[in-house]
Amino acid sequence: MPVPDTRRETVLELRVNNHPGVMSHVVGLFARRRYNVEAILCLPVDDGAQSDIWLLVNESDRLSQIISQVEKLADVRTVVRHAEDSCLFAGLRQQMYGGGELKESA
Amino acid sequence: MHHMNGAELTIALLERQGITTISGIPGGTNLPLYTALSHSKRIRHVLARHEQGAGFIAQGMARSTGQAAVCFATSGPGATNLLTAIADAKLDSTPIVCITGQVHSDMIGTDAFQEVDIYGMSIPITKHNFQVRSAAELLEVIPQAFELALSGRPGPVLVDIPKDVQTEILEFADWPVPGQATAIAPCNARALENAARMIAAAKRPILYLGGGVVSADAGDAACTLAENNDIPMVTTMMALGAIRSDHPLNLGMFGMHGSKKTNLLMQEADLLIVAGARFDDRATGKIAEFCPQANVIHIDIDASEIHKLRSAHIGVLGDVGEALTRLNDQLPQQSRPEWIDQAKEARRDTSTVVALTGKDQIRPFELIRDIAKHVGEQAFIATDVGQHQMWTAQHYPFCRSRHWLTSGGLGTMGFGLPTAIGAALANPDNPVVCFSGDGSFLMNIQELATLAQEQLNVKIILLDNQALGLVRQQQSLFYDNRLFASEFANAIDFVAIAKGFGIKAVSLKTNNDSMLAYTLRQPGPCLIHVPIDRREMVFPMVPPGAANTTMLEGECHACA
Ligand SMILES: Cc1ncc(C[n+]2csc(CCOP(=O)(O)OP(=O)(O)O)c2C)c(N)n1
Ligand SMILES: [Mg+2]
Repeated sequence: MPVPDTRRETVLELRVNNHPGVMSHVVGLFARRRYNVEAILCLPVDDGAQSDIWLLVNESDRLSQIISQVEKLADVRTVVRHAEDSCLFAGLRQQMYGGGELKESA
Repeated sequence: MHHMNGAELTIALLERQGITTISGIPGGTNLPLYTALSHSKRIRHVLARHEQGAGFIAQGMARSTGQAAVCFATSGPGATNLLTAIADAKLDSTPIVCITGQVHSDMIGTDAFQEVDIYGMSIPITKHNFQVRSAAELLEVIPQAFELALSGRPGPVLVDIPKDVQTEILEFADWPVPGQATAIAPCNARALENAARMIAAAKRPILYLGGGVVSADAGDAACTLAENNDIPMVTTMMALGAIRSDHPLNLGMFGMHGSKKTNLLMQEADLLIVAGARFDDRATGKIAEFCPQANVIHIDIDASEIHKLRSAHIGVLGDVGEALTRLNDQLPQQSRPEWIDQAKEARRDTSTVVALTGKDQIRPFELIRDIAKHVGEQAFIATDVGQHQMWTAQHYPFCRSRHWLTSGGLGTMGFGLPTAIGAALANPDNPVVCFSGDGSFLMNIQELATLAQEQLNVKIILLDNQALGLVRQQQSLFYDNRLFASEFANAIDFVAIAKGFGIKAVSLKTNNDSMLAYTLRQPGPCLIHVPIDRREMVFPMVPPGAANTTMLEGECHACA
């Protein structure tokens, strides 16, 4: 049984310029500063000129430092920090896995 | 309508940026750029002998002027050879624009000949990077690259241009505006008022200056704050030169190889005014024990530095020069006689004046001071990395901003010679001195060929201890004196090698001030080889990981 994660989760919502390298700029930053990204969602907006990226991360005292690093990325337009997962990722999980654990398909 | 190919457009845009010198090496995928460059009447190309050299030549131009400088490399190995110089520029916030050739767009992702993902590789070590997808994009990307390199906290930018983009013909109507540093938002007035109040209330304040003071040209504003309010100043290694070393309130460099009394005095501070600095571990020692009683006012242009390693009581985001000037406007004059007496006592520190060898022999700290005397205040000083760098940082009487060129954050051996070449290219009327070590010098020794070709006024002082001295020092102090892989078994005839490159060279085996003076006065490049005792150490020293109050000291044999 995996130990349930009791840490608070936060969702970061990023508006970024959409081009082939932007995802690696964003997720690379988290990896480099050893901050785990639990879940990620990305959708093009504005006719594909920009994208919205939602990142599900655990709260920690280093989070504001990471956010100020993200804000420095030239392709990142805005960063919004949501207090909790406003059912975005939970809803997605529900949709895909029916609320339970991921079932391995035969 | 203007009509040209992507390579010609790139060169034209660089000309419009005011670029007059580009260092680099050609290869298969940047040949269109080189052909276009060969037609330029405004840009001179300096052929480096290794792309890392080209990168550091650009750094030398950028660090000594504050302007963005450009280097070129071809795809694959040319591009990967640039990486160390780019990482170095990132850590020391140096504005360079690196332009790499890339394989034809259709071949990207096919493991083509000399294809590497330099875009992906350079993400972590650039401020930003681009891969250009069409000639038209160059009209935006090139100005943007300069804007990014120069704006806010400066840094390196890489632009990767596939070969087909270089040869693509483009018609366009208007030239874009050249990229330049964007305006900086003014500092928050409330934060400055609070800071002024905190300064007025402090009994033992210290002004802690970092490399940002050099970038912002804020040395004078710092001195005014210090003078009007009786606040002693300390500097990181990167801030050397931002204020004159003979300023009575300058307590010099603190940290791992800083002066002992300065490190100890800092522990007593009740307020640190940190300006353009980032609490690097080489400066602070064990950070949990760094200036434990002090409140912190942190002024920086990079929001992510404030609270990163030490939480600030007051954070001031913005230009350091503006912040200090506005503080000066708000603060009445204030005297702190006791604190200033203590500070003046700290200035009399002699903990760095150590040498094993006697007065009749060449002792590094004396040699460095003698050279300063001979070359004067106009000189630019570059170093490599090691003991020779630390001795220079400790003993050179710095007096001008941007004249001290050293690899701080990355500590890159091989930095010195090409950076000195870059400084000399950008400042043809000033002498340039490069203090190097026998280990570091070998890492970019090929640039002696560049130096010989350009005949620049660069004097290389090679402190030859036949060792990786700083490593040897750590082994002898912290690893039971188990000297392993830190001494060179075979002596190298550096004088013969320099001559082989066409560079004048002399060996200085004994104290000979008149020969030194004469050699330094000669125009053009010269190598001065100085054999020194490999047992010489840099003292004082805070052991890595220890608090700045723990300082190992050396003994001096008959030091004045
Ligand atoms: C590229 C690189 N490799 C390794 C090191 C680790 N290192 C730091 S100082 C040093 C020795 C430098 O030797 P030298 O240039 O002769 O200077 P010295 O300390 O002898 O004055 C080494 C190997 C480094 N800083 N940079
Ligand atoms: Mg050496």
